[in-house]
Amino acid sequence: MSKIIEVRDLSKCYIISHEGQEKYTALRDVIANKTKKIFSFANWKPKASNFKEEFWALKDINFDIEQGDRVGIIGRNGAGKSTLLKILSRITEPTTGSIKVKGRIASLLEVGTGFHPELTGRENIFLNGAILGMSRAEIRKHFDAIVEFAEVERFLDTPVKRYSSGMYVRLAFAVAAHLEPEILIVDEVLAVGDAQFQKKCLGKMEDVSKNEGRTVLFVSHNMGALKSICSRLIFLKNGNLINQGEVEPIIIEYLSENRKITELNKIPRDFNRKFNTGKVYIDSIKVLNNAEETQQHFNFGDTVKFKIEFEVLDKIDPVILQFIISSNVGENVFTINDCKDGVYLYKQFDVGLHTAEVSLDAKLLPIGFNVSAFFSTQNGTPLEWVEYVSHFNITKEGIKTGTDYPWGPIYGYVEFNPFWEYEKL
Amino acid sequence: MSQDTEKQENWDLILKAGSSEKNYWKDLWRYRELFYILSWRDIKVRYKQTVLGAAWSIIRPLLTTIIFTVVFSKIAKLNNPGNAPYALMVFAGMLPWQFFSNALSEASNSLVGNSNLITKVYFPRLIIPASSVITSLVDFAISFLILIIMMCWYQYIPSWHIIFLPVFILLAFLCAFGVGLYLTAVNVKYRDFRYIIPFIIQFGLYITPVGFSSSLIGEKWKSLYSLNPMVGVIDGFRWCILGDPMNWISFAFSLVVVIVFLILGITYFRKMEKSFADNI
Repeated sequence: MSKIIEVRDLSKCYIISHEGQEKYTALRDVIANKTKKIFSFANWKPKASNFKEEFWALKDINFDIEQGDRVGIIGRNGAGKSTLLKILSRITEPTTGSIKVKGRIASLLEVGTGFHPELTGRENIFLNGAILGMSRAEIRKHFDAIVEFAEVERFLDTPVKRYSSGMYVRLAFAVAAHLEPEILIVDEVLAVGDAQFQKKCLGKMEDVSKNEGRTVLFVSHNMGALKSICSRLIFLKNGNLINQGEVEPIIIEYLSENRKITELNKIPRDFNRKFNTGKVYIDSIKVLNNAEETQQHFNFGDTVKFKIEFEVLDKIDPVILQFIISSNVGENVFTINDCKDGVYLYKQFDVGLHTAEVSLDAKLLPIGFNVSAFFSTQNGTPLEWVEYVSHFNITKEGIKTGTDYPWGPIYGYVEFNPFWEYEKL
Repeated sequence: MSQDTEKQENWDLILKAGSSEKNYWKDLWRYRELFYILSWRDIKVRYKQTVLGAAWSIIRPLLTTIIFTVVFSKIAKLNNPGNAPYALMVFAGMLPWQFFSNALSEASNSLVGNSNLITKVYFPRLIIPASSVITSLVDFAISFLILIIMMCWYQYIPSWHIIFLPVFILLAFLCAFGVGLYLTAVNVKYRDFRYIIPFIIQFGLYITPVGFSSSLIGEKWKSLYSLNPMVGVIDGFRWCILGDPMNWISFAFSLVVVIVFLILGITYFRKMEKSFADNI
């Protein structure tokens, strides 16, 4: 294995000016300010609102990537992931430090970069390919494979503005996936497209790295995708590299980092939610025992209760409330819906504070679990979604079969009360 | 093993502050197909979106030429010192001017118009304004057909100078490119600058000898007048196509100005380029 990327003391600093809300400098303002300065020397006073501040999006990052690695980058929003990818894909320059790279990098920072809605699918394949750095000969060579992968044969000569969003994404991913770069950078593409296509993308990415020996850098908030694709993870927080290494320990560390903010008491309103509409906020998710006390460690077979406190800020239609229980590496194990006998209750909540509680009989096997909660409208549109905010463990206490039973994630996460029948034939 | 460690040092790309400088021209060559592809995209999209399409690049110079001929020749009673018909002389000036003004306005908006590319993928940014100038070259080629038709109409046979026409087309190209580079970079930084560009182009039309011959300008002012680089280009066009007399000293002035604009444009563009993605 040889090093393909070497990152040393990498930092990126942005200057944030607090001049006002305007995103762009207008020449008009520059002239106006300069003129003002000339005429205001008589009654000069310092302007508090007009200072500039340094913001370090990345600070002294060091890591190496070997050829054929599939490296995932995780961190909350604002951790510096996008900045790192932008520097790697040469869109912006580092402030200090260096990155050394071997081979060609292709980045898929957003699918459909450079697609033009007026042009047809065929034309866009060539356009997009060229923008991503392919020569026309290369594109011609892969044209059929791209079309086949994207499943758009029938619409090749239709302008992409008439494509469904799924077709659009498929075509874009297909072009990038056939780029044959030594290093492929992928940022959250899998958030779009249907489940089948997501699977296809993941498969292609694995194929690209395992069989063709290419290196993949992948940013996602989807723990399942990270787990299935990546061979290593890099964990960023506030521009610092917190840890790197094997996938599972890093995911556990990342998720527990998430909980540090939320587990003790209230989930802050500015907490990085997976989804929020501002109409309802979940304030806490508590894991309780039979005596209604918060508890972390449960014996195998104990009753576990989940209690949610939330505030409705705006009038909302009847909702669906769900608890999502996932393993300590972020795989969903099961969901508790607010239904009875398979029918949703569609509870209506008034504006104000509420609580909801559910108790669980299912026998969970002894590992750690994360709890997420989710509000949606009747047709499933999310209203509020907080992920991995609470955590509990099942211990081996209470298991009667003895401690030598080979417990572990490969056997699943849930135990049932099986009913066996034997017959001799 | 030692060979292996040696290989390790063989990096293709080193990214650090200021590193893009070194690879820039190499990259420009590597991405050369993008010049073509981006121009092709712009042309394709333009002709898909407009009903008139290619006709537009015929109608516009033709109508302006008719108006200019009427105003300058019939109303203002200006003369053409050469022996070509007045309308032909106007059109020979209109061609490079239309190209210059189109290229300039397209190029100066090109970066902002392609901001989705700039914030998402890397390639030498110089390609964007360059390909929008190339796009205008296609319009120029279409308009050129009218010139040929007009020459047939007037039964005017061009002099042997016509073989030098590509030189002056290149000069017009470099002139539009140099100024365009500067303007598009300024446009990223100051968004309201785009309101000034139509004014610059309109202003330029009055100080450029499109509707009249530059020989009407007195010798005393000729050198000063040639600081407008398009004066040299238009004089050159008329020299090539119509065989009009050419003042080579004033042409040298225009040539120097074009080169200065080009160097200035590239330098400023390269300086600003690093912060495009952060500013746009």
